[in-house]
Amino acid sequence: MEADSENLIEIRDLMYSRGARVIFKGLNLTIKRGEVTAFMGPSGTGKTTLLRLITRQLIPQQGAIYVNGVDIATLNQRKLYELRQRFGMLFQNGALLTDLNVFENVAFPLREHTKLTNRLIRHVVLTKLHAVGLRGAADMSPTELSGGMARRVALARAMVMDPDILIYDEPFVGLDPISMGVIVRLVRRMNDALGITSIVVSHDVAEVSTVADRSYLISDGKVAASGSPDELQAANSELVRQFMHGMADGPVAFHFDAPDYAEQLLGRDSE
Amino acid sequence: MTSVLRDIYNNVFEFVRTFGAFQLFFLRLVRHSPRMLLRRPGLVIKQVYNTGALSLVIIMVCGFFVGGVLALQGYANLARFNAEDSVGTVVALALIKELGPVITALLFAGRAGTALSSEIGLMKATDQLSAMEMMAVNPVRRVLVPRFVGGVISMPLLVAVFTCIGLFGADVVAVYLLSVDVGAFWQQMQLSVDIKDIQEGIFKSIVFGIVASLLAVWEGYNAIPTAEGVGRATTRTVVITAIAVLILDFMITAVML
Ligand SMILES: Nc1ncnc2c1ncn2[C@@H]1O[C@H](COP(=O)(O)OP(=O)(O)OP(=O)(O)O)[C@@H](O)[C@H]1O
Ligand SMILES: [Mg+2]
Repeated sequence: MEADSENLIEIRDLMYSRGARVIFKGLNLTIKRGEVTAFMGPSGTGKTTLLRLITRQLIPQQGAIYVNGVDIATLNQRKLYELRQRFGMLFQNGALLTDLNVFENVAFPLREHTKLTNRLIRHVVLTKLHAVGLRGAADMSPTELSGGMARRVALARAMVMDPDILIYDEPFVGLDPISMGVIVRLVRRMNDALGITSIVVSHDVAEVSTVADRSYLISDGKVAASGSPDELQAANSELVRQFMHGMADGPVAFHFDAPDYAEQLLGRDSE
Repeated sequence: MTSVLRDIYNNVFEFVRTFGAFQLFFLRLVRHSPRMLLRRPGLVIKQVYNTGALSLVIIMVCGFFVGGVLALQGYANLARFNAEDSVGTVVALALIKELGPVITALLFAGRAGTALSSEIGLMKATDQLSAMEMMAVNPVRRVLVPRFVGGVISMPLLVAVFTCIGLFGADVVAVYLLSVDVGAFWQQMQLSVDIKDIQEGIFKSIVFGIVASLLAVWEGYNAIPTAEGVGRATTRTVVITAIAVLILDFMITAVML
């Protein structure tokens, strides 16, 4: 493919709504090859939805998403699956397969897509599990893992095919400080050593600052601000300041759209 | 007035659409089935174990008592005509042609069908199916097809087990409890049960196997991905399978007579 272009993913004028609820209204952003890009934004702005759009689990109503210069909406199933083999995705809740044990979960993509011998699979899987510190949990069932452990196993699974693009949905939630440090360094190291392009969704401003090359702050269906972590920290837009410093008052509403508080408490419904 | 018409139109439209989607879904499963059997027999065998082997106990217990009660009822009625010896025939025909396939299918829906629906629904609710999609693995092929094929294979086997245990139960009741002559019991049965009767039973068991497995997998796959949605899908599996099996049973019997 056109490996020379430095933009790996381009999103142009993306519009997407679920039912009556408009989630994106004209979103534009670019993800550069070899960088760690972070999506930040208040809960419910559609970060997970954006990841699902980029991987074509959802299809935008308007606008286009280009991966390697190809509009992914035009791919047929075979081409799409070829593309997805180059993606590794960490789901927000891990999404481990509950009928397989931890080892088989990590081995799953290898068994489905390669003809490696059992010995080789064992070797690869144990290496990846070791990297996330869970080699000892290989024989456990996913239901026996804590949330943070499940996420780490899912991370091992996302890495096992040596993808070109790794997508992490909230990788830092529910990790203790030690695993957090390890995972943050792992994300960074894989990106630099293996030349992977990474997309990280996170609320965690501090962790994002240490790991990301470029951040997009998504709010109200658009990119509200973008730049390196330092640029965002220094930005003096009210919205960015509010988010980066965690203030309740500001242009981002903490509350989901709702009728007037006092009126609702007093039971005067508009009906 | 127009709104009533619109409602009717919408409902009919929705029904036709769902029915069409259902048929396409069925074709999709059937299309992938032979390859799944040849290339990944292990996946299918695991599901035969899950749906078939794990249903054995309930099938055997129910089979025994259904056979036994048929013998009791048959004996009480036949005794009035001094035809107690034919009790074996009556029980065998009832079990082989009707009760074996029908009751097994109903039990299958309750035991294995619900398990399939809730398992698939939960996999959907916890993003497992999306995760497979993201790993470039088609969940229809990897998850649904083995479960469907496993169910289709299990059902005739379960029907056979149910029917045999039922005959055994009838034998125990008739011969040991009601002292029907054991030779007469089995010989009458042998003389009057035709290969056609057995074929009818086998045919029904295959049809019911396809219907019950298909509905279970369909309901699970289309469940609303929440705890409540999965619960509702599980219930629907039992209800719809029961209705479909009983209607189909009537239709097949009517055609085969
Ligand atoms: N299946 C769905 N059906 C309808 N609306 C949905 C569905 N999934 C998400 N939404 C809506 O889409 C919006 C964006 O959801 P999304 O999960 O992308 O948010 P997010 O930014 O990832 O939030 P969080 O940080 O809490 O994970 C939410 O407002 C939610 O109400
Ligand atoms: Mg999210």
